[in-house]
Amino acid sequence: MKKYSVFAVAREAMRHHTGWTRAWRDAAPKKRYDAIIIGAGGHGLATAYYLGKNFGITNVAILEKGWLGGGNTGRNTTIIRSNYLQDPSAAIYEKARSLYETMSQDLNYNVMFSPRGVIMLAQTEHEVRGYKRTAHANMLQGVKTEFISPEKVKQLVPIINLAGPRYPVLGGLWQARGGTARHDAVAWGYARACSDMGMDVIQQCEVTGIRSEGGKVVGVSTTKGDIGCDKLGMVVAGHSGHLADMAGFRLPIESVALQALVSEPIKPCMDVVVMANTVHGYMSQSDKGEMVIGGGTDGYNNYTQRGSFHHIEETVRALIETFPMVSRLKMLRQWGGIVDVTGDRSPILSRTPVDGIFINCGWGTGGFKAIPGSGWAMAELMAKGRSPLTDAFGLDRFTQGRFIDESVAAGVAH
Amino acid sequence: MLIVSCPNCGITAEETEFHAHGEAHITRHAADSSDDQMETYLFMRKNPKGVHFERWRHQNGCGKWFHMARCTMTLEVFGTYSAQTYAPPEELLAQIDAKRPGWRTPS
Ligand SMILES: Cc1cc2nc3c(=O)[nH]c(=O)nc-3n(C[C@H](O)[C@H](O)[C@H](O)COP(=O)(O)OP(=O)(O)OC[C@H]3O[C@@H](n4cnc5c(N)ncnc54)[C@H](O)[C@@H]3O)c2cc1C
Ligand SMILES: [Zn+2]
Repeated sequence: MKKYSVFAVAREAMRHHTGWTRAWRDAAPKKRYDAIIIGAGGHGLATAYYLGKNFGITNVAILEKGWLGGGNTGRNTTIIRSNYLQDPSAAIYEKARSLYETMSQDLNYNVMFSPRGVIMLAQTEHEVRGYKRTAHANMLQGVKTEFISPEKVKQLVPIINLAGPRYPVLGGLWQARGGTARHDAVAWGYARACSDMGMDVIQQCEVTGIRSEGGKVVGVSTTKGDIGCDKLGMVVAGHSGHLADMAGFRLPIESVALQALVSEPIKPCMDVVVMANTVHGYMSQSDKGEMVIGGGTDGYNNYTQRGSFHHIEETVRALIETFPMVSRLKMLRQWGGIVDVTGDRSPILSRTPVDGIFINCGWGTGGFKAIPGSGWAMAELMAKGRSPLTDAFGLDRFTQGRFIDESVAAGVAH
Repeated sequence: MLIVSCPNCGITAEETEFHAHGEAHITRHAADSSDDQMETYLFMRKNPKGVHFERWRHQNGCGKWFHMARCTMTLEVFGTYSAQTYAPPEELLAQIDAKRPGWRTPS
């Protein structure tokens, strides 16, 4: 792998950029691997990366039915924060957030992590109490957050209308080191690093069956033939239920569509991320100047990767109350992703009823921020059979009633 | 936008008048049920790619509950039926069979 640096840019500029090589190899599947990861989204790629980096396991293939990062990783609104209420969530999300701080250096790939700060608006008395509670919990967890006044909110976000007609802004939960990153770059950076360690990133290779013998996994069937493995990581977000079905177990997961949209590019007007969970809308401004907007999920099981128009209307209507200038913007693009939602709105990182199969799913509407931490923990789980970061996120919590209830804590999670 | 017919009041309207409430025909076991049965009832879902039977409510209309058969891959609504039943009506199943041969055995 050629190292990217300012010298490389200068050198290539001198020779009209003819010397750049492909960032990762296009690989054909081998007969067998020590570990196979299904799904080349951020979580799958990060899992493979840390299997190699932290545990020296590099005989690994990452199988992707479409293209790299073409699932939710390439469709999300890239909000990164770690101000969760429950301790296990704070631990894994803060691990992830702190890894984002140095990801560009670690991967030698610019993921454009921008810790510009995230505000979650409190627009009801209930939210004020809830966010103060979260700020206190975060203090104990060592996650730096703060409950701020409406005046401070206005100072950070001059375009906001504090006296909204339905829901005035009563304050906000502020995480100064939260922010955004370039989603594609996260996937590409990991893929390049994995490929460099000798791993095979295989695109357009759909897993169509899972082979096991005597309760232990032995390999997968794919559109590019059968491939053997000792360990299998399923990291396929909205398609987890479908793959679990192939392996013969069920999951407490439902797949629903979540959509986002962006406006025409405008001059810089908001340099933080603002989330308004009561009215179901959130917004940030991309480096290109587009306002990036998201809202709540569509209400029913869905695999179509497109959302319904009335949800866009709902989201935009909510945002216009809080940001009147939005009403003057033209919207350019809209898209949807299929997110995997669990009963307690927390992810699953777990062993499964089939020996050798591990699952990482259930990140739902808010897993982009978790990618490096999740990969770190999942790799440890796969390599050692246990990870302190994943202990609380096992499948058994649903039988034991040991929920990590972020749905009550967060309402909307992005 | 889904177009939905309410079997209770007979009105056909767009989906904003209705609200989806997840998988239908889930068994709730009695008070002495096992942990696994409780887990299945509360959390385990078929979540199929394809034909899905689900509970809906005519929220901004007659307010009553009913069931719907819908495809999660195309969003086609196959039909709606009464909530006072343990299984989808045979007629509707036959209709789905004709449209989606082989849907009963998942791929
Ligand atoms: C509109 C939208 C906005 C969002 N906003 C945010 C946000 O602001 N902040 C945040 O933190 N999170 C956000 N999220 C959530 C976040 O995008 C996801 O939680 C995260 O990207 C999940 O990553 P993943 O790697 O698990 O899944 P994915 O990126 O979906 O990757 C799974 C991959 O598995 C592949 N696959 C599936 N089936 C098979 C098969 N049979 N064989 C081979 N490959 C298969 C898919 O093609 C896919 O590429 C948002 C999501 C959406 C849809
Ligand atoms: Zn009705």
